[in-house]
Amino acid sequence: MILPTKFREFLSETGDMAHFTGRLFAQGSKPRYEFRELVWQCYMIGYRSLPLVGLTGFIMGLVLTMQLRPSLLDYGVESQLPVMVGIAIVREIGPVITALIFAGKIGSSIGAELGSMRVTEQIDAMEVSGTNPFKYLVVTRVVAATLMLPVLVILSDAISLYGAYLGVNIRSVTSFHLFFRQIFDSLSFGDVLPAFVKTFFFGFAVGIVGCHKGYNSRKGTEGVGRSANSAVVLSSILIFIIDLIVVQVTDLLGLN
Amino acid sequence: MKVETGAVTGRPVIVIEQLCKRWGSNIVLDGFDLVVREEENVVVMGKSGTGKSVLIKCIIGLLQPDSGRIRVFDKNIPELDHDELDRIRAKVGFLFQSNALYDSMTVRKNLEFPLRRHWIELSQEKVNELVMEALGNVGLAHTVDMMPEELSGGMRKRVALARTLILKPEIILYDEPTTGLDPVTGREISRLIVELQKKYHTSSIIISHDMHCVRLTADRIAVLAGGKCRSMGTYEELEHSADEEVKQFFE
Repeated sequence: MILPTKFREFLSETGDMAHFTGRLFAQGSKPRYEFRELVWQCYMIGYRSLPLVGLTGFIMGLVLTMQLRPSLLDYGVESQLPVMVGIAIVREIGPVITALIFAGKIGSSIGAELGSMRVTEQIDAMEVSGTNPFKYLVVTRVVAATLMLPVLVILSDAISLYGAYLGVNIRSVTSFHLFFRQIFDSLSFGDVLPAFVKTFFFGFAVGIVGCHKGYNSRKGTEGVGRSANSAVVLSSILIFIIDLIVVQVTDLLGLN
Repeated sequence: MKVETGAVTGRPVIVIEQLCKRWGSNIVLDGFDLVVREEENVVVMGKSGTGKSVLIKCIIGLLQPDSGRIRVFDKNIPELDHDELDRIRAKVGFLFQSNALYDSMTVRKNLEFPLRRHWIELSQEKVNELVMEALGNVGLAHTVDMMPEELSGGMRKRVALARTLILKPEIILYDEPTTGLDPVTGREISRLIVELQKKYHTSSIIISHDMHCVRLTADRIAVLAGGKCRSMGTYEELEHSADEEVKQFFE
C-alpha cells in the first residue's frame, strides 16, 4: 500500500522529532554541562518575556471579568465572579494563553536564531572549535524554556488576577483582601497542581520544536523564515494536544 | 608568486586516499587522493559544484565520507570518536567561506570562544593578551569590542582569520577565502595568508578559484575534476598543462 506523500512526510517528521528528543536526553545528561549558557538563556527566555506576559495576563484577567459579569448578573450570582475567574485563570486560561504567547515569542525566536546560525555555518564553526553545538545551543534552550514557562505562568496568573480584581471594581466595590480570599478559598490541589505540571510540558514542547526546526534549517533565508513559522504553528498545536491529554488524565484521577 | 622550495619535502600532515562521497545519485568525490606536507600550501581548484568544500569538510570531520581514508597527524578522521576528533580540531583551523562569525557576540567574544573551549585553564589576562595578539596580526585591534554587523566584508574575513589562528593551529583549511571580496581586499587577504603561514609555519589547504589568490599562496595546486585529483603541480607547471580541463583556469 502506498501512503499519501503528506502522510509519509508527517511520519518522517515525527520520527525526526523523536530522534532529536532522544538525542537531547542522551547528550544533555552527560558532561560537559553548559551552566553559564543555560543561565543566560533563562535570562533571555524568562526575564525578557516578562513585559509581554505581564501585559497579556493583565488584559486577559480584565477582559474575562468584564465578559463574564453580564451572564452571572442574569442568574443573580455576580458574587461568584471572583471564584469563577480565579478558577478559569489558574486551571486553564493562564497556562494555555501564556504558553501560546510564549510559543509565538520564544518558539519563533529560537527557530529563527538557530536557523540563521545553521545557514551561515555558525553551528559548524562551533563544532570545529571544540564545542558540542547540540549541547550548547539546543539543550540549554530546551531546559531554559522548560524551567521558565512555569515561572512566567505563575506571574501571569498573579497579574491576571489583579486585572480581574480591577475588572470587578469597575462596576462594584470589592476589597483586595476579600477578592483574593474568595479565590484562594475556592482553589484546591486539583486546580493548582495539574495546571502547574502541564506548564513544564508546554515549555518543553516550545523549546524542543523551536530548536528542532531551527537546528535542521536548510535552504537559506527562506528556510529560516519557514523554520520560525513552523516552530510557532507546531508548538501551538502541541500545547493544545498536551492540554487535552492532561485534562483526560486529571479526569481519570478525579481531579476535575 | 610563491617561489619557496623545500616545503614539499616535509613530513606528510594530511594524507587523503581514495576518498569517496556521494549525495544520492550525485557522486561528488570518487577516489580523491592528496598529500599535504609540513609548511606547505596546497590550493585545490575546481569548477563550482565539484566537491571542493565537501572535501575540506570531510577533512575536519563535519561530513562523513562514504569510503576512503583521511589521515591527519596519522589519525584516520572518520574513525575517531568525539574526544579524539576535538583534540585534532584544536590543531586544525578552519576559515569558512561565510566567515561564520557568531553574530550575537562581539569580536572579543568571538575570539575568546575557541580559547575557552580548548584552553580552559587560561586566566582572563592571558585570554585578553591572546585575543589582542590575534587581532594585531590581522591589523584589527581597534575592532575588539565591535559587533560583526558593524564590520565590512574584508574586516569580517580578517576577524574570522584571527579566530582561526588564535589556537595557533598547525594546519589551516581555507574555504574560498577571497570570495565576495573586491580584488584589492582579496589580494590583501591572500598576502596575509602567506605572511601568517611564514610566521606560524602552518600547512594549509586552500579552496579557491581566484587565480590571484592561487598565484600568491600556492606551493602546489591540485585540480579537482570528476571527483578525482585530475592534475597536481606548481602554478607554472599547470599554466602550461596540455590538459584542457586544467588550462581553462589559466586563460
